[in-house]
This record gives sequence, structure tokens and C-alpha cells, in this order.
Amino acid sequence: MCDTCGCNQAANAVKITLIGEEIEVMHDHDHDHGHGHHHHHEHGHEHGHDHSHGKTVIELEQDILSQNNRLAERNRGYFEAKKILALNLVSSPGSGKTAILERTLADLKGELSFFVIEGDQQTTRDADRIAATGAPVVQINTGSGCHLDSDMVNRAVKKLEPSEGAFLMIENVGNLVCPALFDLGEGRRVVIISVTEGDDKPLKYPDMFHTSDLCLINKIDLLPYVPFDVEKTKHYARHANPKLQFIEVSALTGQGMEEWYGWLRKERKEL
Amino acid sequence: MHELSIVQSIIGIAEEQVRKANAKTVDAIELEIGALAGIEWEALDFAWQAGVPQTVLAHATRSIHRIPARTRCSACALEFESAEWFAPCPNCGEILGDLIQGRELRVKTLVVS
Repeated sequence: MCDTCGCNQAANAVKITLIGEEIEVMHDHDHDHGHGHHHHHEHGHEHGHDHSHGKTVIELEQDILSQNNRLAERNRGYFEAKKILALNLVSSPGSGKTAILERTLADLKGELSFFVIEGDQQTTRDADRIAATGAPVVQINTGSGCHLDSDMVNRAVKKLEPSEGAFLMIENVGNLVCPALFDLGEGRRVVIISVTEGDDKPLKYPDMFHTSDLCLINKIDLLPYVPFDVEKTKHYARHANPKLQFIEVSALTGQGMEEWYGWLRKERKEL
Repeated sequence: MHELSIVQSIIGIAEEQVRKANAKTVDAIELEIGALAGIEWEALDFAWQAGVPQTVLAHATRSIHRIPARTRCSACALEFESAEWFAPCPNCGEILGDLIQGRELRVKTLVVS
């Protein structure tokens, strides 16, 4: 049941929650609220529709993702105007996106300002972890959805109200396939791969590597114990994207994190 | 399964066009999908079956033009069909090329009545 108006809410509806605020359910289906909110449009003219029942061929040539892309550009314009650097963090589940964020927010607290959007199918567990670092965070629960889209980010940003000059870290749903197609309006896309995954991932999922600016290779403290060839991964990933940059990190031990922070500072300067 | 989102976007586009044309339903829809558009054909079929009932596309005949990927080599300007991102040029071996087609994801035509 929907808390706002008592209509039935499908289990897979998108829910956006600002952590620390009372839970509000948002959904975008059309329904009549019965609030006596009537619009009267006096047209005073006939529309003169052609009611012939023939077939009409419409040459459309319309991009299927155009609606998402248009709204993504609106988000991008907003970020640019407010000098916000928005990063879209993408990876498979379990690569350490949240752990990298937690460490980054803790280490750079006081130096840089961060706002966070967490995307997961269910629960606010990740957002709660981020909230514990003190950063403002909004959780998007996509229900059955496998990726964030520009509309969800647009709505989340309105709740989050990131301040001028801040970083907006958008942690996408853990999935190396679907989020590649959906522009959120981010300034940079960062793909994360961990050494406990196969080193041929960039070959198997080239789209995500093709669309990213930076690849963080996480959990490098585990390299002595796993058959992961870092150079091979870089080689494969460059095949999908010759301009991709790489930083090897361990969110657990802190190894390489300073280089990642350097990248963040540099990209912000270039805004 | 972002194919379901894709199908929902297609339904949105079709509904808008039906409304604009003051029609009732879509008889036929023609899609153009590139080989490197990130669409899994079987997943698209599955999402289509799940998504279109009770929409204007419920009874539409669907045809898909699958567009092969083509790359223009950045070194020797040869244009060739490529099955993957940055396939090496068959002429000079260069892997830096521009994908000139194969990313299409479009509704080409609709027949409404």
C-alpha cells in the first residue's frame, strides 16, 4: 500500500529515500487523487480531427533512449551550472563500490564536499553505511529495475540538494551490463573491477569499459592469493576503450587510494 | 534485463504517436537495432512478450532491422564491418577506429490506425 494516498503500489515501484528523513514513497504512475483539483480549459474552438479510419505510416526515426538522454542532458546542465562533478560508479555486485566510497568520504572529509546517491534494488543498507560517514545520502530502490536512469537521478537530486562545487557520487545498481546504456548526466563514469573477478571481464562486458573514463582495480591486497593478471585486464579493457585510465586500489588497506584522490582533485579542477 | 526498460520506452513512443495521430492502435512497428547497441535479442523478445499486452502495441507486427557494426580505421580510413569494439583494421592492423554504425536503437516507422 502506498503511504501517501492509499492506492496499491506495485512491489517493483521505484522508492527514493533521503536518509535521516521520514520515509516517503514516491511513484510515478498516474492516478486520480480525488483532491478536487480540476482544471477547466475553455477552448472555444473545434479541433477538427480527421476521423478517417485508414492506416497512417509515421516515419519516425526516433532514438528509443531519447527520453532518457534528454533528461540526462538536463541533469548535466544543472551539474555544470553548479560546478558539481557527478560521478557514475558502475561495477558488478561485490566489487567494493560502497567500500571505496566509505573510505573516500572518510579520508577526504573536511577537504572536499560529497553528496551521495545509492542505487540498489532493495534496502537502505548501503545508504546507511554512507550516512555513517556524515555525508548526505539518498537511496534509490529500483525494485525490479537493474539500473538507474536519468529520471531517478533527477528526482533524487531534488531531495539531496547538493551544494555548489561538491562531488555527487552516484553508486549505480551492481550490474556490469544494463547501466552502460543509461546516461545519468554524469560528468565522468568510473568502472570498478576487483581482482577476485575474472581478468577477462572487459572482454565479456566491453560496453561498460567502452563508456567509462576511469577503471579502478580494487582489492589489490588480495593479488598474491588470486590468479588475476592486472596487465592482461588493462590490455583487454584498452581494447574496448583505448583512452581508459587505470588506478589500482585497495579500499581495505588504503593502498593506491591517494592516487584516486589525486584523480578526483584533478578532474574537479578541470570542470 | 534493461531490455524491459527499452520495451517500455518503445511503448511510450508508440503511445505518444498514436495520440498525436488521433489513432487507436499500432498495426506495425519497425525497429533499427545495431549489433553493438547492447541489446540481447532473446531478452528483447522476452521483454516484448511481457511488456506489450494491453498497450497500443498488443497487436502490432514487429520487424527489426539488425544493423551490422562498421568501423572507419583512424590510420588508413578503410571502412570495414566489425563484430566488436575496436576490431583491428584488416588492412593495416590499427585498432583505433571510429564506429560509424552499429549503435542504433531507433523506432524507424509506425503504422497506426
